[in-house]
Amino acid sequence: MSLTSRDVEKIAHLARLGITDQEKPVYASNLSKIVEFVDQLARARTDGVTPMAHPLEGLTQRLRADEVTEADGREKYQRNAAAVQAGLYLVPKVIE
Amino acid sequence: MMKDWEVVIGLEIHAQLATRSKIFSGAATAYGAPPNTQACLVDLAYPGVLPVLNAEAVRMAVKFGLAIGAPIAERSIFARKNYFYPDLPKGYQISQYEQPIVGRGSLEIVLDEGTATRIGITRAHLEEDAGKSLHEGLANATGIDLNRAGTPLLEIVSEPDMRSAKEAVAYMKKLHTLVRYLEICDGNMQEGSFRCDANVSVRPRGAEKFGTRAEIKNLNSFRFVEKAIQHEVARQIELIESGGTVVQETRLYDSDRDETRSMRSKEEANDYRYFPDPDLLPLAIDRAFIESVRASLPELPDQKAARFVSDYQLSRYDAGVLSASRETGAYFEAVVARVGAAHAKLAANWVMGELSSALNRDNLEIDAARVGPQSLGGLLDRIIDGTISGKLAKEVFEAMWSEGRDADAIIEAKGLRQITDAGAIATAIDAVIAANPKQLADYRAGKDKLFGFFVGQVMKATGGKANPAQLNDLLKAKLGGG
Repeated sequence: MSLTSRDVEKIAHLARLGITDQEKPVYASNLSKIVEFVDQLARARTDGVTPMAHPLEGLTQRLRADEVTEADGREKYQRNAAAVQAGLYLVPKVIE
Repeated sequence: MMKDWEVVIGLEIHAQLATRSKIFSGAATAYGAPPNTQACLVDLAYPGVLPVLNAEAVRMAVKFGLAIGAPIAERSIFARKNYFYPDLPKGYQISQYEQPIVGRGSLEIVLDEGTATRIGITRAHLEEDAGKSLHEGLANATGIDLNRAGTPLLEIVSEPDMRSAKEAVAYMKKLHTLVRYLEICDGNMQEGSFRCDANVSVRPRGAEKFGTRAEIKNLNSFRFVEKAIQHEVARQIELIESGGTVVQETRLYDSDRDETRSMRSKEEANDYRYFPDPDLLPLAIDRAFIESVRASLPELPDQKAARFVSDYQLSRYDAGVLSASRETGAYFEAVVARVGAAHAKLAANWVMGELSSALNRDNLEIDAARVGPQSLGGLLDRIIDGTISGKLAKEVFEAMWSEGRDADAIIEAKGLRQITDAGAIATAIDAVIAANPKQLADYRAGKDKLFGFFVGQVMKATGGKANPAQLNDLLKAKLGGG
């Protein structure tokens, strides 16, 4: 399977990546090679094989008790933020 | 116009699960905390953190599944739903896609006319809530509060089984009642604990194929659900009849203008690229655990309503109203325990009538009623034993509500005790007759309607306290020429 420049545009949009027109054919070719490589799996015989949700087969999710264990760390965490105001993280205006 | 079209509605309801901590972290979930004080490293998506599933959220989801008669998946998996939005720090929401925890179930709804319909529930799955975006008071920025990020949600997806806005509201109300009975969600719609998205389409009556649907987002009251659906149905029919076509899209209901408007084109935005979350192993739920949850289920709304009908001979409608919340059911039964099952209908009338209107007027929950079930029972006892009439009882009830005293104390203090002494009633009747010779003559000449006039006059003279049955009998005898 080979990807077109349009596919690349869509993937870039979904991933919020800005790419130039010059880069599109390069990505199309590189991504196609990756998909071709992974496509080898399609040739494997998988009749009767149950799909796995996780490579650690046989293990199941551990659960935690419903207890509040995390104290308020806002001041510390917000030191990493680009902009804060009145305890809120600020981001460029989102209009819906 | 409506005759030619059939409306098809499916609802997606998000119920916030009433856990203390978040679904994948140990941060608190309490509502109303200062912004970002309940968002820990996991909720903020710092590098290297790992989600660990909250056992209580799992138990609550299982409880819900059992209550709607759905199979519980012995193995379910979590998936990443990928999209970008500032209130979603990870760039994906952990949800369930294939193999949700709760499979197919159903819920019966009863409409006002008493017709029962069963609504299918496709599935219910666990997922995390996003944070909140705040726009007010900020000039060129949006503020993000991540306290809600990671709060456990149960998303309950219905089949497209509803055929009117009324049915949709009935279904939503029934679910709302159920999650509160199960104590898995506080149901507070103002705080967003119980939210609804509606998928609405129309098709020519008799057609098999569904029309193109629009999804209306974030309906946070029963009234808005009804109005938004009605509006959307009218919009789609008008559009089609004028030669247009409905496009699949997400629309937002604007309650101020009572209209829906397009948010964004759906096929463009909704490519979520789900895949199993490698941070979470499959969730295994064993039979023994499911059975222990089943054993912990409370009496469910339908069971309670059926019991009220059979134990207390209530109508199906009354039983439905009185079982709409656990608290209302408990209040009603506490009153019945005091006055006796023989007077259950009287108790039902008072709980649904005077009590309910007083609660509405003062905007109180039944738990905070100023007249408790024992006090109301005490009042009803006085109606039953003839101390006061039903009409005076309403006055006593108002006094009990505002003064917080028992019925007996108020009846005593206000001298409202009913007059059952035949002599006293007779004296009052004699006085009224003597004062109204013309009416007496007219009555005796055949104007039967004047009987009511005399009843009114005697009641007025006795301050409404004359026992009505005794008054009737005595008055009839005296007017008849006694």
